[in-house]
Amino acid sequence: MIKIENLHARVEEKEILKGLNLTVNAGEIHAIMGPNGAGKSTLASVLAGREDFEVTEGSVDFDGEDLLEMDTEERAREGLFLAFQYPVEIPGVSNVNFLRTAINEIREHKGEDPISAKDFMAMVREKSALVELDAKLASRSVNEGFSGGEKKRNEIFQMAMLNPKLSILDETDSGLDIDALRIVANGVNKLKTKNNATIVITHYQRLLDYIVPDFVHVLFDGKIVKTGGKELALELEEKGYDWIKEELAAAH
Amino acid sequence: MAVIAENTVNFTKALAPTSLSVSKSNIEKAMYTLENSPLPTTRNEAWKYTRLVKIGKVKFQNTKATIASIDPYKIVESACTFVFVNGHFSAELSSRVIPAGVTCELLSELNEEIGTSVNLENELFNATNTAHLTGGIRITISAKTVVESPIQIIHVLKGDHVISNFRTIIKAEKFSKSAIVQGFFSEEGEVNFCNNITEVSVEDNAFLTIDKIQYESENSFHINTEEVQQAKNSNFTINTFTLNGGIVRNNLHINVNGENCESHLNGAYLLKNKQHVDNHSIVDHKVPNCESFELYKGVIDDNSTGVFNGKVYVRQDAQKINAFQSNGNVLLSDNATINSKPELEIYADDVKCSHGSTTGQLDEEAVFYLRARGLSEKSARQLMVSAFIGEVLNKVENEQVLDFIHGILRKRFDWNL
Repeated sequence: MIKIENLHARVEEKEILKGLNLTVNAGEIHAIMGPNGAGKSTLASVLAGREDFEVTEGSVDFDGEDLLEMDTEERAREGLFLAFQYPVEIPGVSNVNFLRTAINEIREHKGEDPISAKDFMAMVREKSALVELDAKLASRSVNEGFSGGEKKRNEIFQMAMLNPKLSILDETDSGLDIDALRIVANGVNKLKTKNNATIVITHYQRLLDYIVPDFVHVLFDGKIVKTGGKELALELEEKGYDWIKEELAAAH
Repeated sequence: MAVIAENTVNFTKALAPTSLSVSKSNIEKAMYTLENSPLPTTRNEAWKYTRLVKIGKVKFQNTKATIASIDPYKIVESACTFVFVNGHFSAELSSRVIPAGVTCELLSELNEEIGTSVNLENELFNATNTAHLTGGIRITISAKTVVESPIQIIHVLKGDHVISNFRTIIKAEKFSKSAIVQGFFSEEGEVNFCNNITEVSVEDNAFLTIDKIQYESENSFHINTEEVQQAKNSNFTINTFTLNGGIVRNNLHINVNGENCESHLNGAYLLKNKQHVDNHSIVDHKVPNCESFELYKGVIDDNSTGVFNGKVYVRQDAQKINAFQSNGNVLLSDNATINSKPELEIYADDVKCSHGSTTGQLDEEAVFYLRARGLSEKSARQLMVSAFIGEVLNKVENEQVLDFIHGILRKRFDWNL
């Protein structure tokens, strides 16, 4: 699905990703954990095509295409979805209106006909139920006046509407109470198929009780330094990141 | 002194005196102003951000012209549609099915003196309009009349260096309810000048809405002055949409003379290239217990300039006034300019008034967010601009007017929403 090799990226003069390697196959869920400042959100931003970051080295292959050559919207149309850590409020732009535009531009990109109003509304009803998002919120201005939990649920609602190949959840669990966390995780699990994949970026193990990963990676100082199964997350939760730093120091 | 006077009247020099029955005393006052008042410069506070030098250089003339069809300019389907080309009535293009209870009289056919409520002293464009009045219409909605479909007045300028000095007089009598749609257009012509005055009287308990669309050419001049009198319990709304024009100035003067009135002033301007649009409004609360709501929003691109100067007076006896005024602008280019000056002058002590002005750019984070969902950059920006301006468009009740505006946005701004 996605193959990241030796990825280096910087913002202004500061190098943040320093040779990151990661391969995610269809049907898999990968968790990326790491201390603050390790480069977790930078990875998400670089993959989504945020222009503040400059890729200086490395490659990203997305289903046979060079991801780094694509504009942000092209990546989205090819099936990459980023659930934002801080979803943006856009006053006056209705959630469903912009989603219909998005879906139709994606369909046009694929050479398909626009979605009918009836099918679209049926899809809105079905997918908003999936994340228990009030249908009224679905038609309100994008994230405007939403609570933290509603914003994150809205991200997953959009993910459900756009049906991406690869979803990157950037700290979707931060600031969520346990109920909202459960709803969000439940939505993600229901959307999982053998043909799509998910990268869960998180600081805490808690989310991984609900979204069970196939692999857990530790991102530290711009590189993935350790990979394991779901038990690695528990170990990190218990012991923190210092032992990894010590392991790294000993190896050098 | 002589030098100033010569400069002043240059743009009216080639014009014949009005052939309409304008009162002698008004013509005298107007002529005095034309001979003695210089073209306002930017040293004049009221024209601080709008340079008129270009207008002063042109020798305008008034000629009759015909246009092939009214279809491109028809804003609404109305059996009561008056068409004026260069300020002259076009009987063939108009449709004079006048609703019951309404009187529409052409000023050119009026057998009485035409007076005025606008100030002629030192006001060069009012004076020009009066001394060289080309044409006009007087609409009277008689008491208790409810007019279902709007009365439409369409103006088209055609030819080079043409000026139309036009006067619309609207009288909404007691307990009437009506809507007027005004459209200003131009075709095949260079450097035209529409100098329009609308005098409005909204009587006790009357409701009146004016929807005004300005869509002339990029090298045309347009000065529009509305002088509005509101009597007690009346409700007046004016929506102004400026979608094209070279130099456009709207002077909107609302005199709230009676208690318990509501006044709504909404405006949207979308500018590009070198356009210059100046909205000047005065809401004068002279008596207690009234409300006014003013919302103007602008989207300014390329090298264009917007000006907003909104003044609200609350006179000493005018207690319990709620007056709200807001002007928002989005600048889409580094060379776009907005001069925004919201003003409140309050002499009463028990009022609720607010005013505000915001200027910014599109939120780039939001643009990224929309693109990350698959929208092209163009669609993302357009969606955000349309959301911004949508707050004003939402004030328009007539769907046909809205559709017409959207049609222009698609044509001129390449919108596909």
